[in-house]
Amino acid sequence: MRKGILPGFGLGLGYVCAYLGLMVLLPLAALVWKAYGIGASELLQLLSSPRTFAALRLSFAGAFASALVNVVAGLLVGWVLVRYRFPGRRVLDAAVDLPFALPTAVAGIALTALYAPNGWIGQYLKPLGIQIAYTPLGVLVAMTFVGFPFVVRTLQPVLESLDHGVEEAAHTLGATRAQAFRRVILPTLTPALLTGFALALARAVGEYGSVIFIAGNIPMRSEIAPLLIVEKLEQFNYAGASAMAVVMLGFSLLLLLLLSLLQRRSARWQEAAA
Amino acid sequence: MKGVALLLSVCMIALSQFAQGAGVTLLNVSYDPTRELYKDINRAFAADWKAKHGGDITIQMSHGGSGKQARSVLDGLPADVVTLALAYDIDALADRGLLAKNWQSRLPDNSAPYTSTIVFLVRKGNPKHIKDWPDLIRPGVQVITPNPKTSGGARWAFLAAWGFALKQPNGSDATAKEFVRKLFKNVPVLDTGAREATNTFVQRGIGDVLLSWENEALLAQRTLGKDAVEIVIPSKSILAEPPVAVVDKNAAAHHTQATATAYLQFLYTEQGQELAAKHYYRPRSARAMQKYAAQFPKISTFSVGDTFGDWRQVQNKFFSDGGIFDQVGPGA
Repeated sequence: MRKGILPGFGLGLGYVCAYLGLMVLLPLAALVWKAYGIGASELLQLLSSPRTFAALRLSFAGAFASALVNVVAGLLVGWVLVRYRFPGRRVLDAAVDLPFALPTAVAGIALTALYAPNGWIGQYLKPLGIQIAYTPLGVLVAMTFVGFPFVVRTLQPVLESLDHGVEEAAHTLGATRAQAFRRVILPTLTPALLTGFALALARAVGEYGSVIFIAGNIPMRSEIAPLLIVEKLEQFNYAGASAMAVVMLGFSLLLLLLLSLLQRRSARWQEAAA
Repeated sequence: MKGVALLLSVCMIALSQFAQGAGVTLLNVSYDPTRELYKDINRAFAADWKAKHGGDITIQMSHGGSGKQARSVLDGLPADVVTLALAYDIDALADRGLLAKNWQSRLPDNSAPYTSTIVFLVRKGNPKHIKDWPDLIRPGVQVITPNPKTSGGARWAFLAAWGFALKQPNGSDATAKEFVRKLFKNVPVLDTGAREATNTFVQRGIGDVLLSWENEALLAQRTLGKDAVEIVIPSKSILAEPPVAVVDKNAAAHHTQATATAYLQFLYTEQGQELAAKHYYRPRSARAMQKYAAQFPKISTFSVGDTFGDWRQVQNKFFSDGGIFDQVGPGA
C-alpha cells in the first residue's frame, strides 16, 4: 500500500475500526448470533408468513413515502430558511430540530390526539370520510414527523454555499427561473437531497415509539415490522425476534447501499456536466 | 490536586449512599397498574418491619409492562421480588433458574394475594345497551382491547371471552373460537398495553366498550367521574390472579431472603389485604372484602387452573405464533 502524505493514518484507522466495532458492529454481531438459534423451518415460516410480509411492506413503503414527502417539504423549508431574511427566522430554524428532541412516545400521543376522529384536526377530516389515526395513513404521518429534520439539515449547508454567480450566469445566458432551478440548482442539491432522503428513510423504518400510538396496530393492515419484533420478545422468543430484526436490517442495508450508489452516480454525473 | 479532590468527593458520595442503605433494600419489579398500590404497601410494610425488628427498610419499585419487566429481570435487573400480571412471566424466570419451579405453591392462593377480573367499561348511559358478552359480537359495536401478544391484561380478557363462550350450553372449543373470532372483528384498534387502550377509549373517544381490568375500570371511573363512563359487570368473567414471588437467586446474592419473604407475606395480612382492596384489587380475606363490598359487585368467575390448565398450556394454545389468537384475531 502506498504510504499517504498525511501522518497518523494507522492510528486514525485503528480508532475508527475500534469505535465502529464497539458501538455499531458488536451489537449487530450479537443480534445475528442470537438469531442463529432459530431453526431453518421456523425461519422459513417467519419469512413466508403473509403477516410478516404485510408488516415489512408497511414499514418500508411507509418509510419510503414519508422520506419522499420530507424531501419535498424539507427542500422548501430549507430554501426559505437559507434564502430569506425575516424576523423569527432563527426560532423557526431551531424548531426544525424539535422532532429530534421530543421523546417519540410523546410525539405519538400528540399526533394521535390531533388526528383521532375527536381530535383538533381529525374532527374536520371525519365528515370528509378521511381517517388518519388508527390507519396506515397515521403511520405515514408519524414517520414523516420523526424524519423531517434530516432533509432540512443536510440541505442547509449546501444551499448556503451555493454560488450565486452560477445562478446569475444562467440568467444572463437566457435561462428562465424554472430552467435555472431545474438545470443549475437542483443538480447541485441532488446529493444532499439523496443523503437526507436516506437518513429520513432509515429513521422511519426503525421508528417504533411514535408509530404504535397512532397506527391502530391491526395485523395485515396497520402493523409495523418493529411491533412484530416486540410481540416475539413478549413471548420470550429471542431467536425469532432477532431473526426478524436481521431481516429488517438486511433490507435497510440494501436500501442504504443502493442510495449511496445512486448518490455517487449523481455526483459523478454532475462533475461530468460541469 | 483537583483530580484528587474530585475523586474524594465522589468517594464521599458513594459512601453516603452506602450508609443510607445500611438498612435493607429490596427491589420489587412489578407491572404498570400497581404503582399506587405498592406505594402504600411499601410504606406500611416498612413501618411494620421497624416496629417488629427495628431496622430500616427501603423498597425500590420498577414498573412497566409485565412481559417487559420479566425480560429485564432475566437480563439482570436485580429484583428481590417480582409482582407481575401473569404466572407465565414468572414461569419464564423459573425456566431460566432464577427461582424454584414450584414457586407458585410457596405462598397461599397460588401466590396471588389479591385478584381482579375483566369487566366492561361503556360510555355514559350505555347507549349501545351492552349488558353481557354476546352484546360484544353484535354488528356495529366497537370493542377496545389491547393486543394479547403484548399485554398481560389483554390475555386475561381474551381468556374471559373464551371461557364465557365455552361455558354456554353446548359450548365447545369450536363455538368459543367462533365467538372470539366475531368479537375481534369488532376491534378497530389493538393497543400494546392496558393503559394505552384505556387512553384510546377514554381520551380518543374510540369504541363503545373497553375490556378492562376491574381495578383499571374503577380507577378510570373515579378519576373521570361517573358522568363519563359506566362499568358493566358481565354474567361471567375470569378470575385474574396476578402472582408474586421471591426471586431466589437474586435474594440469595443480596442476603434478603427473609425480608423479601416477609414482604410478600405482608400482602396476606389484614393490613395488606385492606390496602389491596383500597386500590381496587379484590382481596382474598373475607373481612377486607366485607369492608369494601360496595366496590366489588358479585360476579361469577372461573380460574385459569379450572378451565385451561396451566399458563404454559394457555400460552402455547392461544398466544404463541400460529396459535388461536393468530388464527382468529383482527386481520386473520
